[in-house]
Amino acid sequence: MPDRTRVCITRRLIRLFLGSLALCATMPGALSAAEPQRGGVVNVLMNSEQRILNPALRASTGVYLVAAKIMEPLVDLDTTGKPEAMLATSWSTTPDGKTITFKLRQGVTWHDGKPFTSADVQFTAMQMWKKHLNYGSTLQRYLDAVDTPDAHTAVFRYSRPMPLDLLLRALPDLGYIAPRHVFDGTDVLTNPANTAPIGTGPFKFVQYERGQFIIAERNPNYWRKGLPYLDRVVWRIITDKSAASAAIEAGQLHVSLYSSLPLADLDRFKRDARFEVTTRGNEGNGVNNTIEFNHRRKELADLNVRRAIAHAIDVDFFCKNFLYGFGKRGTGPIPTSSPEFYPQGTPQYAFDQAKAEALLDAAGYKKGTDGKRFALRLVPAPWGEDVSLWSTFIQQSLGAVGIDVEIVRYDAAGFLSNVYKEWNFDLATGWHQYRNDPAVSTTVWYRSGSPKGSPWTNQWGWQSAAIDKIIDDAASELNPAKRKALYAEFVKAVNTELPIWMAIERQFVTVASKSLVNHSNTPRWPSSHWADLSITR
Amino acid sequence: MRVLALAGRRLLSSLPTLLIILVGLFLLLQLAPGDTVDALVAQMGGGDQKLTEELRRFYGLDAPVAVQLSRYLWRLVQFDLGHSAIYGKPVASVILERLPATLLLMGSALSLAFFAGIVLGILAARKVNQWPDTLISTLGLVFYATPSFWFGLMGIVVFAIKLAWLPPGGFETVGAGYVGLARVLDIARYLVLPTLTLALIFLAIYLRIMRASMLEVLTLDFVRTARAKGVAEQAVIVRHVLRNALLPVVTLIGLQAGTMLGGSVVVESVFALPGLGRLAYESVVQRDLNTLLGIVFVSALLVIAVNFIVDLLYARLDPRIA
Repeated sequence: MPDRTRVCITRRLIRLFLGSLALCATMPGALSAAEPQRGGVVNVLMNSEQRILNPALRASTGVYLVAAKIMEPLVDLDTTGKPEAMLATSWSTTPDGKTITFKLRQGVTWHDGKPFTSADVQFTAMQMWKKHLNYGSTLQRYLDAVDTPDAHTAVFRYSRPMPLDLLLRALPDLGYIAPRHVFDGTDVLTNPANTAPIGTGPFKFVQYERGQFIIAERNPNYWRKGLPYLDRVVWRIITDKSAASAAIEAGQLHVSLYSSLPLADLDRFKRDARFEVTTRGNEGNGVNNTIEFNHRRKELADLNVRRAIAHAIDVDFFCKNFLYGFGKRGTGPIPTSSPEFYPQGTPQYAFDQAKAEALLDAAGYKKGTDGKRFALRLVPAPWGEDVSLWSTFIQQSLGAVGIDVEIVRYDAAGFLSNVYKEWNFDLATGWHQYRNDPAVSTTVWYRSGSPKGSPWTNQWGWQSAAIDKIIDDAASELNPAKRKALYAEFVKAVNTELPIWMAIERQFVTVASKSLVNHSNTPRWPSSHWADLSITR
Repeated sequence: MRVLALAGRRLLSSLPTLLIILVGLFLLLQLAPGDTVDALVAQMGGGDQKLTEELRRFYGLDAPVAVQLSRYLWRLVQFDLGHSAIYGKPVASVILERLPATLLLMGSALSLAFFAGIVLGILAARKVNQWPDTLISTLGLVFYATPSFWFGLMGIVVFAIKLAWLPPGGFETVGAGYVGLARVLDIARYLVLPTLTLALIFLAIYLRIMRASMLEVLTLDFVRTARAKGVAEQAVIVRHVLRNALLPVVTLIGLQAGTMLGGSVVVESVFALPGLGRLAYESVVQRDLNTLLGIVFVSALLVIAVNFIVDLLYARLDPRIA
């Protein structure tokens, strides 16, 4: 009896299933969004020209946007943010943390047909990551050699302990592998494969027409059988933001990544049924809007003044009314989107104008007869609308407590050279990008001893031996729990001292057509492989 | 042969000007804060000291300015425009890739502005102070007073987004693989909006000049003579008035060829066209000195060429000038 009931139920289920299938066929688009289809072309917005397309030489979102579909890293992040095996299938470390062994994927071939082996990993690590890759050269500073006992094993030997979890979190960005047989014996910086990349990824490079488009097509020999779904990916280069919005709206583009549309348009697209506007898929790329203090100014060397500035600005009001809600009050250098490291209960500076004025008075900067205490020059970075709006907001908020602010604008090259090379600023504001682990690109904003001219590092004229020590200890701490505790201590210390202020926490915004299936499903989706992305037609 | 000799003389006489422009621009860009490595590092999102030093050596920026300048001029003498920092290939080939789009856009916009301007100008002058004149003059004023980027964006909103008649930007359908006539038609479809956007402001100028100059010539004695001897009105306008009234408009075209190259920066950005104007803008932002100087060089040659053609036209229209 029970058996027959089960059979009966199964049959009914099958009938139901078939029925719903028929329903799907008659109602296109009703349920199809759940099931990826094969074929189709996805058009992607690209808002700046790239000099090279080799992520083993350039760690940059603009490069990943294209090249990460063509070349692959040793590990990536999976949907839950854990390391996912890509070209490496497994990894292990020795107790002293100085040897890390990667087992490599077998049966993988480069787009030109040559097999992928440990020699490629060795060459890329030693000749590209350690020598030329931005952030990579710092990460791999103590990498002595990569041994290749066999074709599918790569052994990284370090002269100082390298925490495995740090390496695994850094490698999705800083672990792309380039083909040795193409680069060996050439000048790696001028090799033509830098603009016509050869990789192992789901898509093969076809064409880069400068100023117009880049095309990549399906790799039929991809190691993940049956993938990718798409026939082609086309990146259209449109530098004007309004024109990019128009192209999205006209259906010429399917997806815009890394907040490359005007804020007002993002807000408008939120209410448009054809698009999804989301910060999902950008969890691994948190951004802070900063206020950077030049401690060589005696006023700003005073902790009370820095705290007063933090108290004087209504960040919540700004996020709500200027950023259309695409951002929230920052709580420190480690963003809330990084639960592995985010510490609770660190010192914060709520909006309180009266307190700001009191702190300024206490610091000895009384208001003059004209209502002003002192004047500062603010240099905003030209990265985007948000920075420009934020700098005006800073100017007005500080004006209200008696600090006169003059805004001096430069373009990208001018900003970097004035702020980080010439130290020609009092306040600067730009973006701090958090890359999965504080040791990758965050602690350099606080660690002293950075050579003059290195952008996005401590060029503030501020130094703390105690904080330097925490940073160094955490970078070589092998126990994950202890590392987390050290970074909690670090955030507490820098939130107390406030050498710079991480005022706003934001995530990049993706605008995707609703016809895309499987988008924004990993923490660094815009920079990932897109093998499982598909489009309904 | 005489024409070629004239062209050669023209080119020679503009060499000093070219040299002054190039050296001046080179020095001017030295005043801009930051160099191409700073711009690159900004794009990459970070780089350490060792890396930037190496890149500066790679781009030849470690030498003093005087050395860099003399290196550049020496290469120029050998007809070598140098290597582009953004594109990693010779500047000459980078510019050559972009030249067709710009020439096509400039050529079509200039022709449209010229012919439509003349026709509308004549119409307005013939019906002076009547409703066609008022309508044309008002429209002209509206075109002249509206910024071209706004025209472009509104054109996109109306014709590309709302009506979906024309593509919102780009040069041709990517990856469609059209050849022959199909490709020509495809590109033409993409060029409609940018051409209109760029042409309207010039059209307004030409129509106003044409109208004024027609009205002036119409009052001259030889027109009265022509009419008195019984020439048909149509022939008076075309053979006597038009020919004389055209001179100021032709002069303007020569003068404005440079302005149009400048104006195309905006139009190329709004419509994502791969032209010289956008290339120039990108080169400034990226501090790509070689490319920028190369573009200035080529643009100067273009302007010289247009002015030379204008001179030839003068001689055609008014034998007294030749």
